[in-house]
Amino acid sequence: MYLYNDIIEESEVKERVGGSATDTEIEMEEKKLKLYSYWISSCSFRVRFALNLKGLPYDYLAVTSFSDPEFLKLNPIGFVPVLVDGDSVIVDSLAIIMSHIQYLEDKYPDPPLLPRDIHQRAINFQAATIVSSSIQPFQNYTVVKYIEEKVGTDEKLPWTQSVIGKGFMALEKLLKDHARRYATGDEILLADLFLAPQLDTAIKRFNVDMKEFPTLSRLHETYNEMAAFRKALPENQPDAVH
Amino acid sequence: MASASVGKELTLYSYWRSSCSHRVRIALNLKGLKYEYKPVNLLKGEQSRPEFLQLNPVGCVPVLVDDHVVLYDSFAIIMYLEDKYPHNPLLPHDIYKRAINFQAASVVSSTIQPLHNLSLLNYIGEKVGPDEKLPWAQSIIRRGFKALEKLLKDHTGRYATGDEVFLADIFLAPQLHAAFKRFNIHMNEFPILARLHETYNEIPAFQEALPENQPDAVH
Repeated sequence: MYLYNDIIEESEVKERVGGSATDTEIEMEEKKLKLYSYWISSCSFRVRFALNLKGLPYDYLAVTSFSDPEFLKLNPIGFVPVLVDGDSVIVDSLAIIMSHIQYLEDKYPDPPLLPRDIHQRAINFQAATIVSSSIQPFQNYTVVKYIEEKVGTDEKLPWTQSVIGKGFMALEKLLKDHARRYATGDEILLADLFLAPQLDTAIKRFNVDMKEFPTLSRLHETYNEMAAFRKALPENQPDAVH
Repeated sequence: MASASVGKELTLYSYWRSSCSHRVRIALNLKGLKYEYKPVNLLKGEQSRPEFLQLNPVGCVPVLVDDHVVLYDSFAIIMYLEDKYPHNPLLPHDIYKRAINFQAASVVSSTIQPLHNLSLLNYIGEKVGPDEKLPWAQSIIRRGFKALEKLLKDHTGRYATGDEVFLADIFLAPQLHAAFKRFNIHMNEFPILARLHETYNEIPAFQEALPENQPDAVH
């Protein structure tokens, strides 16, 4: 299996090297990535940030209805984000970012999204999954709607703030020995891709008091200075509602 | 196996019934890694004791200790094991197949399992009513399982994403076990997942990782 894949990759490289500038341009245009996204989805936000950091152009396709037959034909699961890369259709922000790390690193090596050191890599995975498994699922529409219906409207915000607060406390503890300019050092990596949208959402939408989270608060300020981050912000997307 | 464990031993802090700990136990078994099992009784609140919090300030299981490295969160631990002990790989080489594995793992770890975990079920039990816990968990699992059936139908072979055991299987097996045994989901609703569940039960690495086979299991 590996040998087969290696052979394919080799021939692909040869073809690209031999192609003319025009052929390359046509090839790039034909192979342009498509991102199905929803402006306010923090999972879509992660992928937009990653693509911007890699300098990868993509077509933005706004998903206005998760029951759209066209969208479900492409993605029967009905989640956003979805990345279309040639014939490949990949759903889920973690899957998009993780599966493309190898591809992105090979083709667009700068900047890397994961460090080489095994322990540092693990810290990045820990931070990413605190966001994606311990915070975001509890603040999303399904849960918040359930709480609104069964417990009461007044309980929605305290619930969300409590969940985010617990997650942020965990992140502060995790990152205090690792954070420098960015979450896990002086380069922006996987942890930052997950933290940045979560911080933005927590502060702007859920009024989380950041006084208790000095490391995260500083990181938030740092992210806001980055062009790749600002370009990925929900309010800057084609489908944003102001 | 012997070479991997010479000089030091891995330590796993685990709770028999924790599906996140279950994932790591499978991964360790598949890699043929020996480890010392240290039970943490979640029902007795042992994860909040000072000595455990010193190890893991977040107070959750699983925690893996490898020499001076201390890691928590099942996905991070499993990726660490994959990086450091690459034999018996848990991910395929092909990028697209890797993506399917990450998708399946992420559906379980972000869309299903968090929403029927102990703390949310306790919250619902208190605020909505004890009788609402099971219906809530079942609705979450059903929604996630529908997604998984659609995701996997074009990819399954003997296992979730072909004829080798990979990451998707490690995340699916504990979720299926919990769904069918604890939350009374009927297997006939989800034929692909039901078949996978039966297949996993035949694999020694999965059998040994089952909750009921752990040192701290209560029968």
